[in-house]
Amino acid sequence: MIEAKVENTIGRHKDWQPKILAFLCNWCSYAGADLAGVSRIQYPPNIRVVRIPCSGRVNPIFILKCLQNGFDGVLVSGCHPGDCHYISGNYVARRKFAVLKTLLEFMGLEPGRVQFSWVSAGEGEKFAQVVTKVTEDVKKLGPARKLVRNLEPTETKY
Amino acid sequence: MADVEQVLRETVRKLLQEQKVCRVIGYARGSSALRSTPVFIEDEKDADSLVFDITCGNNLTQYLKKCGKAGDGRVGIVAKGCDGRAVVQYIAEGQVKREGILIIGIPCEGVLDHRKACDKTQGREVSEYRIEGEKVVLKGKDFEVSLDKFDVLSDSCRRCRYPSPPVHDVFITEPKEAASQEPECKEFDEFEKLDASERWAFFENEFSKCIRCYACRNACPMCYCEECFVDQSNPQWFGKSTDLSDTMIFHIVRVLHTAGRCVDCGACERACPLGINLGLLNKKVEKEIQERFGYTSGLDPDETPAMAAFDEEDKQEFIL
Repeated sequence: MIEAKVENTIGRHKDWQPKILAFLCNWCSYAGADLAGVSRIQYPPNIRVVRIPCSGRVNPIFILKCLQNGFDGVLVSGCHPGDCHYISGNYVARRKFAVLKTLLEFMGLEPGRVQFSWVSAGEGEKFAQVVTKVTEDVKKLGPARKLVRNLEPTETKY
Repeated sequence: MADVEQVLRETVRKLLQEQKVCRVIGYARGSSALRSTPVFIEDEKDADSLVFDITCGNNLTQYLKKCGKAGDGRVGIVAKGCDGRAVVQYIAEGQVKREGILIIGIPCEGVLDHRKACDKTQGREVSEYRIEGEKVVLKGKDFEVSLDKFDVLSDSCRRCRYPSPPVHDVFITEPKEAASQEPECKEFDEFEKLDASERWAFFENEFSKCIRCYACRNACPMCYCEECFVDQSNPQWFGKSTDLSDTMIFHIVRVLHTAGRCVDCGACERACPLGINLGLLNKKVEKEIQERFGYTSGLDPDETPAMAAFDEEDKQEFIL
């Protein structure tokens, strides 16, 4: 019985694919993702995109809530510094993210789980690279086990 | 501290007599020997109830917003180093007006952590205490223990850099100089050296004790939001249960909301009925903001708080 369960878990584990939530800013990164699409650049299908008006719109609570509700990784992407549609949204976001990332890593969360990037509307290629890197990082870390709601110790999560 | 208390009472009496303030927020003797209670003094006759000693752990700043009415006149506040910094932070954040507050600075020697004192007396009730140099003598029925003062001080007091308020209108006796650099904090440095899984296990263990009473939030002078994010029900951000993930996120967000504003007074930690180590996270964020943005909270009332400002040259090594 136990053996069967272990085998089953390993079997499921092999097929495991990370689920990553990507917050993309409307003006740059979302357009960058669009460009990657129309240019037919290949990147892993593990991200789910949420379009946001600006990277400054991302409340750290969003990121924590993603991890709590079963995402294995979170990516937030906005305009390069100086390119923000709202002039300074991404500068403010940068401070918030710096503090959030430091705090989470200090607590012991894996650094690869929560990542940030700047991708402009013209950087379809870079968008694909970022998604590839984030997906690979999260794959290496395996399923999220920290901050997850109702996590049973023996259960393998998808 | 007897002479400090005398000077304090005298000063407050005079301020009230001369009508320089309409009210003074201070400390009075509490329900037991090791407790003090916040007190609001409007009549000069009551000035004699003021006390100041190592039991004065509450941060009084939070009452500033609640006890001042428009047209009332100035409100005086008895401020240790950390209370003073919290007042400065209130001014910087536009919560109170500088001219509406009279800061009565008081030299602080650190405040008592009841949990530590309780451990040393095995939970027996202390009916009396006295300070003898660097020793604290606790006395109760059938016992008397002499302890090193350092051993019963709050963690935040052990690593305190600003024992006197940076801004004050009157000062009881002489202000103490701030330490020229951050005092070393062994506990913090050693904790930082642990590896990630050990650190996570530590916090899981700490926060699994949390009963979500929100005493930390209520004691915090910086948690002055009309409606806290944990109380919001539409949208409801987090479950109200003691599920570990909810509890941990509450604590993470609590720290983030006080980032660059926390003055490390330790009121949250002392208020916690479960003795959860909250100071570690506060300290980490404070340090990071100092190193990254060169900002220390509660020192300059005219400086924009770090998280409300930005610099184009901020480091961004973590961004892809």
